[in-house]
Amino acid sequence: MNVPDDLRYTSDHEWAATEGGRVRVGITDFAQDALGDVVFVQLPDTGTTLEKGGPLGEVESTKSVSQIYAPVSGTVVEVNTGLADAPEQVNAEPYGSGWLVVIEPSDLSQLDGLLDAAGYRAATA
Amino acid sequence: MSSQTDPASNGQPGPRPISAVAGGRASSAPVVGRDTEPTLFELSVPGRHAASFRTTQIPEWAAEELVPAQYLAETPVDLPDVSERDLVAHFTRLTHRQYSVDLGAYPLGSCTMKYNPKVCDEAASAAAFANVHPAAPPACTQGWLEVLVELEESLCAITGMSAATLQPAAGAAGELTGLLLMRAYHESRGEDRTRVIIPDSAHGTNPASVTLGGYEVTTVGTNDRGGVDLDSLRAALGPDVAGIMLTNPNTLGLFEEDIVEIATAVHEVGALLYYDGANLNAILGVVRPGDMGFDIVHLNLHKTFATPHGGGGPGAGPVAVSARLADFLPGPRPARLDDGRFAWAQPAASIGRIHGWHGNALVLLRAWTYIRLHGAEGLRGVAETAVLNANWLKEKLRGTFDLPYDRPVMHECVVSAESLDKATGLRALDVAKRLLELGFHSPTVYFPLIVHEALMIEPTETESPQTLAALADALLLVAREATEEGAAGEARQAPRTTPVRRVDEARAARRLVATYDQRS
Repeated sequence: MNVPDDLRYTSDHEWAATEGGRVRVGITDFAQDALGDVVFVQLPDTGTTLEKGGPLGEVESTKSVSQIYAPVSGTVVEVNTGLADAPEQVNAEPYGSGWLVVIEPSDLSQLDGLLDAAGYRAATA
Repeated sequence: MSSQTDPASNGQPGPRPISAVAGGRASSAPVVGRDTEPTLFELSVPGRHAASFRTTQIPEWAAEELVPAQYLAETPVDLPDVSERDLVAHFTRLTHRQYSVDLGAYPLGSCTMKYNPKVCDEAASAAAFANVHPAAPPACTQGWLEVLVELEESLCAITGMSAATLQPAAGAAGELTGLLLMRAYHESRGEDRTRVIIPDSAHGTNPASVTLGGYEVTTVGTNDRGGVDLDSLRAALGPDVAGIMLTNPNTLGLFEEDIVEIATAVHEVGALLYYDGANLNAILGVVRPGDMGFDIVHLNLHKTFATPHGGGGPGAGPVAVSARLADFLPGPRPARLDDGRFAWAQPAASIGRIHGWHGNALVLLRAWTYIRLHGAEGLRGVAETAVLNANWLKEKLRGTFDLPYDRPVMHECVVSAESLDKATGLRALDVAKRLLELGFHSPTVYFPLIVHEALMIEPTETESPQTLAALADALLLVAREATEEGAAGEARQAPRTTPVRRVDEARAARRLVATYDQRS
């Protein structure tokens, strides 16, 4: 299972990457594997205000519909619209083309409260 | 097992050549094997009909004379033209390709796919019941009213409740009815409550019904024994909570041990307890939701009381309530009068109708028959046998499949293929599909969501010890093939011997083709 060292993680299986002052968010390799084939991704509109730990969207697979939670508070500034036609990218490249949203965080230091790669590996072992 | 063999072919070539005759396809295809059943459109020959008014003396009218011009379609709807003979052949062949409770074991967890006794169908097809118009005056329908009153009384006795409605058309309709009753109760007390609590192991219909009922969902976690986490529940409770929806036993097949503490905590904040009757089969005649502290109960007659699941209906999902909620029930309700006659009566503060007429009456009649024929002792025997069967199966599977919450189970057991998956790559879905080749309907898979690679097995009370042993053998064989013969890859191709082979569920969901003319 792939857990890149340079990302931060939530115990709900989202990853967060800092890009400048912004935070790119997706679901982990562990999450996509557990969900199985993703068939639909519901994401917020740009401009939506998110609260850390609050709902960000939903990922639907052939098994279930799962809530996705925001790893940090902030405003959605970019949405992966490509997932509408190709939700399978979440399975194929969960850390790449399968990303979900980019958030302009209200407090970037919230990232420090998330798990690092070693912590996430331990949580999913 | 050799990968050279293709069991689906049975040594025969693929689709047979068909002589070209102008018009549609012939209405004949092998029932099993690889030939696909032609659609009605492929059987269609323009101008062919399944009905004729030739000898009825009924005059023919042009559509334009009967329907105002603005309501007429501009182009005819593309419907297939088939004869009665071809139509019946088509659906009979499809029927032969189906698996059903009449055909064999159907251990689809949470669904209680027990055998439906034919005597109940016989009662429902009696002309004295089947040919009665629902608008006939009560003086002409005393027998029907008596059946409905007795069914309400029986369901109240079984659940420990005071009054019931038979109107809801199925479990989900019962859930919505229950939530509307919850709302009516709180509003009658001048209280505006906004949240309903649901455990994370709940049926997916629960949060959907809560949302439809205008409430917000608050989820509470599961403790390490598979029950509601009391601390998490107490933290979630407050004066804005309208109620909690529980099923007991829960979706892990485990009895909610802390139900008395849960009921006390919920009632202390003025909220109500809703009992999802999906798993009532486990406790029938043994313990009653009313005695556990529940205020609202829905029952799935097609589960516990053996009425047909049907092809999506009709079902029946009666709702029973405690005395303080009786006035809000949908109406009119069948009523027993002091002089022994029966009539219709409207509850004082009724939330209104939930269903046209009196619910799905012939389904209700089947359940009444089932209850009458079993009697109280017989119903208790149903639950005891269902629980015994599930525990027997669980012990057979121990050591091969994981037991995530290792406790005595109630009417169903949830096992996991997680270790098998890690060791061999055999997933719950592959186990389920391979089981189809061995002659069994598959268990429910990937539910409840809190168990990874879950297989939820509900044998019900109607399977014999021989059938249970064969089912256990089949499950163990599938696991052994993967561990000892390295056949997980082959199981991923299963089912190979069924009329329809492994379907691409992901593609079906991603590229929805809902009608014949959307096919490319």
